[in-house]
Amino acid sequence: MKQVFSRPESLKNVSTHFCPGCQHGSVHRLVGEALDEFGIRSKTIGIASVGCSVFLYGYFDVDVVEAPHGRAPAVATGTKRARPDRIVFTYQGDGDLAAIGMSEIIHSANRGENITVIFVNNTTYGMTGGQMAPTTMPGQKTSTSPYGRDAANDGAPFKMAELLANLDGVAFSARVALNSPKNVLQAKKMIKTAFRYQVEKKGFSFIEALSACPTNWGMSPLDANQRVTDEMIPYFPLGVYRNTANL
Amino acid sequence: MRYDVFFAGYGGQGVLLAGNLLSYAAIHEGKNVSFFPSYGVEKRGGAAMCTIVFADGDTGSPVVGNPSVSVLLDQLSFDKYAAKVKQGGICIINSSLVHTEGVALPGIETVQIPMNQIAIDIGNIRMVNMVACGAYMEKSGALKSESLEAALKKSLPERNHKLIPANIRAIEAGAQAARVKNS
Amino acid sequence: MTTTVSEKIFVKGNEAVAMAALEAGCSCYFGYPITPQSDIPEYLSRELPKRGGVFIQAESEIGAINMVLGASAAGARAMTSSSGPGISLKQEGISYMAGSELPGVIVDVMRQGPGLGGIDASQADYWQATKGGGHGGYRIIVLAPNSVQEMYDLTMRAFDLSDFYRIPAMVLADSVIGQMKESIVANPRLAAMLPAKDWAVRGRAEGTPQNVVKSLKLGDGEMEKHHWMMHARYQELADKECRWEEIDTADAKLIVTAFGSTSRIARTAVAMARAEGMKVGLMRPITLFPFPKQAYATLSERCKLFLDIELSTGQMVDDVRLAVARDAEVAFYGRPPGTGSLPTPEEIYEQIKKQCRA
Repeated sequence: MKQVFSRPESLKNVSTHFCPGCQHGSVHRLVGEALDEFGIRSKTIGIASVGCSVFLYGYFDVDVVEAPHGRAPAVATGTKRARPDRIVFTYQGDGDLAAIGMSEIIHSANRGENITVIFVNNTTYGMTGGQMAPTTMPGQKTSTSPYGRDAANDGAPFKMAELLANLDGVAFSARVALNSPKNVLQAKKMIKTAFRYQVEKKGFSFIEALSACPTNWGMSPLDANQRVTDEMIPYFPLGVYRNTANL
Repeated sequence: MRYDVFFAGYGGQGVLLAGNLLSYAAIHEGKNVSFFPSYGVEKRGGAAMCTIVFADGDTGSPVVGNPSVSVLLDQLSFDKYAAKVKQGGICIINSSLVHTEGVALPGIETVQIPMNQIAIDIGNIRMVNMVACGAYMEKSGALKSESLEAALKKSLPERNHKLIPANIRAIEAGAQAARVKNS
Repeated sequence: MTTTVSEKIFVKGNEAVAMAALEAGCSCYFGYPITPQSDIPEYLSRELPKRGGVFIQAESEIGAINMVLGASAAGARAMTSSSGPGISLKQEGISYMAGSELPGVIVDVMRQGPGLGGIDASQADYWQATKGGGHGGYRIIVLAPNSVQEMYDLTMRAFDLSDFYRIPAMVLADSVIGQMKESIVANPRLAAMLPAKDWAVRGRAEGTPQNVVKSLKLGDGEMEKHHWMMHARYQELADKECRWEEIDTADAKLIVTAFGSTSRIARTAVAMARAEGMKVGLMRPITLFPFPKQAYATLSERCKLFLDIELSTGQMVDDVRLAVARDAEVAFYGRPPGTGSLPTPEEIYEQIKKQCRA
């Protein structure tokens, strides 16, 4: 009998702390599959960030450095420059990457660091309890935007995949979602492209993955997934925003 | 023996180059040297000063409150630092730019040398610092002229080595002017 | 050993730091421009690329220290340098490095503060350097050079101590020592007995354990255990690594104590006092953490009067008072730094006379 589905070797055989309906697990799996398929697990170093993604080392069977909040791209810069023969990726949430770590992500991208950044955008701070994030959508209520995000007070949400696509150092920038089988397959393709570009030393590759956060959105997993479809994707359109292979 | 000299002027007068030159000359004579520069926040144009301490043994403090010899190249430096020269010490003044009328410096030997004029006379106003070094060498007796000559190679960038003979003439002119004052 | 004049080189303190870093095998430098230490990144931006090393002018001090964290986690010898305002920004990363047991060298060429302060010398960052600096209750190794030669020697030593103890190490200088030029002998690196960095991330080859460099410790009792482990390491540092210099202390009735540039000024003042027949000595701590407490305690058994001199309103003086015997008195003379207001040997000599009369 042929086995068609199993846990990627790059992931440990443990259950995660992620909430039901959270899509971090899906993103973990797709990254793990990419590492397996390129056969690069044994030379990969992950950079964990602060937030729900901090336990990277508990789930990925790779060496991991834990970075201060927002600093993962700077830490990855140091690690990759010291060991250019290794595959280095960061895994960051929206508060980490687009608020406190905006300087680090922009400058690492602009230097064209040959690293891969996996950015999980769920429009809220997950671990600290659902506060307003730099990607919280207009009108979205959170524990620190109880009347809904007001652009006049808080500015508009950052569209990171588009923003980074403007920088010459970026080889690949794409936004994906995990809300449907079709989008999961597409996300897998994009994540593989991102790691392939690093293997081929093409420069900085960036994946923004839209993710549901049922717990902090106060929704059931199914309703949360529907919100990704109905609200997030129209505001944060999926697609490839920069691909140096096409330039 | 421990020697100390304080050099001050404005940025562009070559104060730090003069300090480097004296440092290398002292090193040439086998001395230990501490060269301590300080200058304004501006990279150019502000006040520039340095202290050089050289000794056979320990140089000790790079900061000197009452210098044995001060070489003051402009009015501001004179106004601020002349009175700090130690009793029995020497204050060498660039009289081309410094007016000393009405200032009494009891216990301090003042030596007025028209450094700008001497530099112009030998053909290059930028040699003011070399004229000053020559005057210091002569008045202090702390360093030999061949040490300063040897030090020029070390303290001038390679591209300016063609100017070494002119620098030597300026040092000699400064020394000569100080000798005349002595006699 | 005899050295001829030609073996010596005449360099700035800051340049000596950069030269020593290269000799120590530092392969990665990350920094951000700030006066009065910019000679260090300028030198390394020229020299590191020639040797296959990494030089990055980071987007910020925060970026720079985190690059040091990342390179050090990968096993490289990594360094950053800065001054007051920049060192404050680096404290986040230094705390994470301390929590993650990562080595790394931080050079602090102190300038005046608080805030933007000024660019002239200060010693007012003694507390920040020696008491942890960032959050969480940790210490780093702090070495205080007082000559250009020591800028070179102690930078090399900082790399070895940091690697050995897996604690970040700081070279704490100030703008006098950084900008000063002196002749030095650029000694070659001595082979040190250092443990292999088997904890470094390197990509996990088959059959090797997963290496994780982290400071988050959520397991039952894990954090407390970690604190006691760090504490034991600090004790080991105190037992083995204290360094200090004593001059003329044997018969001294008054011991002047100062570190860094101030100790140079004090040394001349002590010599002036000796020339006048006063029984005065000098005690200079070279390691500020670990602080040479025992050396002070021993000195205070025979000398009951100390005079602490600092370019601040008094910081190290607290540690001196804690270290000396109960019946010893510690007087203080401080000059909180200001532009053009460095204390002079003559001024400190006056303070010595005052203490000797009292």
